[in-house]
Amino acid sequence: MPSELVKNYFRTQNLPHIWCPGCGNGIVTRALVKAVDSLGLDKDKVCVVSGIGCSSRAPGYLDFNTLHTTHGRALAFATGVKMANPELKVIVITGDGDSSAIGGNHLIHACRRNIDITTVVFNNNTYGMTGGQFSPTTPTGDKGTTAPYGNVDPNFDLCNLATAAGASYVARGTVFAANQLEKNIIAGIQNKGFSFIEAMSTCPTYYGRKNRKGNAVDMTTYLKENAINKVAWDKLPEEKKEGKFVIGELHSIERPEYTEQYDKLIASLRKEG
Amino acid sequence: MPDKKEKIVTVEKEWCKGCGICVAYCPKSVLALQDGKVEIVDLEACIQCGQCELRCPDYAIYLREE
Repeated sequence: MPSELVKNYFRTQNLPHIWCPGCGNGIVTRALVKAVDSLGLDKDKVCVVSGIGCSSRAPGYLDFNTLHTTHGRALAFATGVKMANPELKVIVITGDGDSSAIGGNHLIHACRRNIDITTVVFNNNTYGMTGGQFSPTTPTGDKGTTAPYGNVDPNFDLCNLATAAGASYVARGTVFAANQLEKNIIAGIQNKGFSFIEAMSTCPTYYGRKNRKGNAVDMTTYLKENAINKVAWDKLPEEKKEGKFVIGELHSIERPEYTEQYDKLIASLRKEG
Repeated sequence: MPDKKEKIVTVEKEWCKGCGICVAYCPKSVLALQDGKVEIVDLEACIQCGQCELRCPDYAIYLREE
């Protein structure tokens, strides 16, 4: 018999999931469910939307209103859901490639609008489902099946991208620091506006094997040893940041939310009429 | 200190894929991999910290409330 959390929020008849042994996606999905549980949200008032990829399989296992859409278009569908039903808590689950390559345009405009959607990116630095091609977050020099001699492209910092595009809440977590990731997802869901949470996941099968990063434990420990919390990061001299990355709440501002602005416009036009 | 019998570490063996994450982060060596699946080898040593449940990607290990 599974845990109470799993029984309450998962479609247990669909478990075990298809993710590979040691894949971090299951850890991120649990953190998300734990966040929903901590907030005490009504399951029928939550809608989880995904695109295509390993990460995007997650809603199939979750017992909410769920929508598995086309590649890169989770945010476009989620925008429609939110506009039609602004009372719903809309959560998007997407991958690094799904959100920043195929769906990059949808991402920047959802950020710009500051629509009240919480997006959790499962960043495993590769296209896992299709066999380990390099993605926009594969670090420069790292290998993929389509970059056998190393990736020449500079990689995206997704959090900087979301901040620059206008997201009102931006955070990064890891599958090692899963408790902190849960807290960031809670804050993201509570934020009235577009929330972007990058969850650093692991792909031991493709990205890990291709780049000799070791097994699932080695990759998770790497995230433990190289992630630095924002508070400590800000005090760190530049030379000590080499090879490390920042986690925690990175950006939080108040900005007008899209559906509210839209409703205001309709109300003002009705008054005029 | 909480009563030691409050929660008990429980394994859902059919869901375990043997990644070893729970074994690696268990601070009290309660767990081990045997024949590709997790085994509870020293239940007495368990301090119910929940590190295993927190990072099990397969929901195959958790602290069950007694």
